[in-house]
Amino acid sequence: MEPKSAVPLKKTGAGNAVRPQVAADSAAYVDSGKPAVISAERFSFFYGSKCGVNNVSMDIRTGSVTAIIGPSGCGKSTFLRSINRMNDLIPNTRTEGTLAVNGCDVYDKRTNLINLRQQVGMVFQKPNPFAKTIFENIVYGPRLQGVRSKRRLSEMVEKCLRDSAMWDEVKDDLHKSALALSGGQQQRLCIARTLATKPNVLLMDEPCSALDPIATARIEDLIAQLKGTYTIVIVTHNMQQAARVSDYTAFFCLGELIEYDRTDKLFTNPAKKATEDYITGRFG
Amino acid sequence: MAKYSAQIAGKSKKAAAGFTRPLLLTPSEDMLGFLSGHLGRAALFLITATSVVAVFLIFYFVIRESAPFFFNKSFPAAMARIKEFFTDSGWYPAATEPRYGGLALIVGSLYVTLGSLILAVPLGLFAAIFLSDIAPFNLRQICKPVIEILAAIPSVAYGFFAVMVFAPWLQKSLGFSTGTNALNASVILAIMALPTIISVSEDAMSAIGRETREASYALGATRAETMVKVVIPAAHSGILAAVILGMMRAMGETMVVWMASGNAGRIPSPWWDLSQSIRTMTATIAGDMGETPKNSEHYYALFTVGLTLLLFTFSLNLVSEYLLGKVMKTSRGGK
Repeated sequence: MEPKSAVPLKKTGAGNAVRPQVAADSAAYVDSGKPAVISAERFSFFYGSKCGVNNVSMDIRTGSVTAIIGPSGCGKSTFLRSINRMNDLIPNTRTEGTLAVNGCDVYDKRTNLINLRQQVGMVFQKPNPFAKTIFENIVYGPRLQGVRSKRRLSEMVEKCLRDSAMWDEVKDDLHKSALALSGGQQQRLCIARTLATKPNVLLMDEPCSALDPIATARIEDLIAQLKGTYTIVIVTHNMQQAARVSDYTAFFCLGELIEYDRTDKLFTNPAKKATEDYITGRFG
Repeated sequence: MAKYSAQIAGKSKKAAAGFTRPLLLTPSEDMLGFLSGHLGRAALFLITATSVVAVFLIFYFVIRESAPFFFNKSFPAAMARIKEFFTDSGWYPAATEPRYGGLALIVGSLYVTLGSLILAVPLGLFAAIFLSDIAPFNLRQICKPVIEILAAIPSVAYGFFAVMVFAPWLQKSLGFSTGTNALNASVILAIMALPTIISVSEDAMSAIGRETREASYALGATRAETMVKVVIPAAHSGILAAVILGMMRAMGETMVVWMASGNAGRIPSPWWDLSQSIRTMTATIAGDMGETPKNSEHYYALFTVGLTLLLFTFSLNLVSEYLLGKVMKTSRGGK
């Protein structure tokens, strides 16, 4: 475990190196033609002295949907929130190894958090719209980026709401409070709001756990639509969901990456016993 | 229907297989439970009602004692009294031809209240922002109780400080002719209003959850942008309530203004000259009441001052209740 500065900022283009945690025959590295947009290299995250994420190395490919599954407290949310440094808000934390986004270590001192978070957007577990109108919620990010033109903002609102498949539901209520929406609509609004900052990567931290099955299906459809345009990393407790929406699945347990593979392979023919136990419900 | 339920009751008493204690009991069978339920409720209601009744009694008493000031005479004389009280600035109750002009006192009260707010609101808000969003957790745990101690210091101690330390300093270093003046009273009142403003507005800002702040940070906002564009707008009614509570504290404060304001019953001229002595409604009541014979004209006049003060604070209180109610709603996620 080298100190952070000893690890050079590596351009991770190929991502075909064999990772210690991943089985050598892992199919994840078969279609390594696409470059990795997020690349963890022996990345560890500590809350004080407690280890949240332990020595994780994985590459997440551009344009893919990657699901992270695992039992509660296994570090999957911590890992996800490390990618755009949302964990900075928690005092007394520390990292080791590198976590690179687009080839730059996000834990470098020079990292510009504003540019990072605008390009690596996040959707949270609980819908958290601002106590403002729907319109104001969506233009919040663009306004921060300095967009002032009323016309451009309106266009953006329409585009983001169309992209998040809720334009028809709310087009007449744009100037009503976002808090008046239902939970599922609020969550799609949060996705729309995140899309408005024009991110490349969307991090989703259990986006459906507070929603009913119908709203969940909507969000999953949305993920399928957004796939390709955005790189999506989704943390979920719902293994059917992981199987339905993702191209790749990573299984975390006790802070470690146990297995990372193509979703179809991981769910039908897992390489590790622990993975098999978890997905078949024998543990966790 | 009644018959049917009686049937069920009869059945369940007889056929309670396995149930060792009866499920249905009349009040006479369960006297203790009946009494403790009803008596307990009655006792708690009485205790609550006492404090509510006390408020009404205070209003009633103050109105009753101030009414003769206006209504013991003919209608034109009463109108002249009201007009004199609200437009004349001469308060000379002991003169051979007494004058009861309350304007200078009302202005004096508003003067120190607004003066203290101008100092305390920005300071309090910045402190609240620092405590809710910037200070590390440990520092906040230390700072908040210490700030709240400010509210526990007796006001006479503040007054003592104002007269013995602050007034001579003002005279010496700023060259005022008197140290006990509107500025002195405003500054001390500001210090006294600070803990209320800090603590209530900090609570309002902390009530805006971490989720909201995270949403803003995740969209690429800086801490300042998050504060100004999300947290403060969402907490605005709580912040306003904090300001109004601080205002009530300043307006109702007696001992400090009595000691620090100089007690000169006149409107400063020019109006912005803080170095002049003023007199507030509260200090007038406290100062005059001891030497006023009961049921004299002066006595009624003082109660009129008290009634005016009561109406001021009462309306401020109503506004703050309304705003705090809105805070509760928004923090619960209503519209």
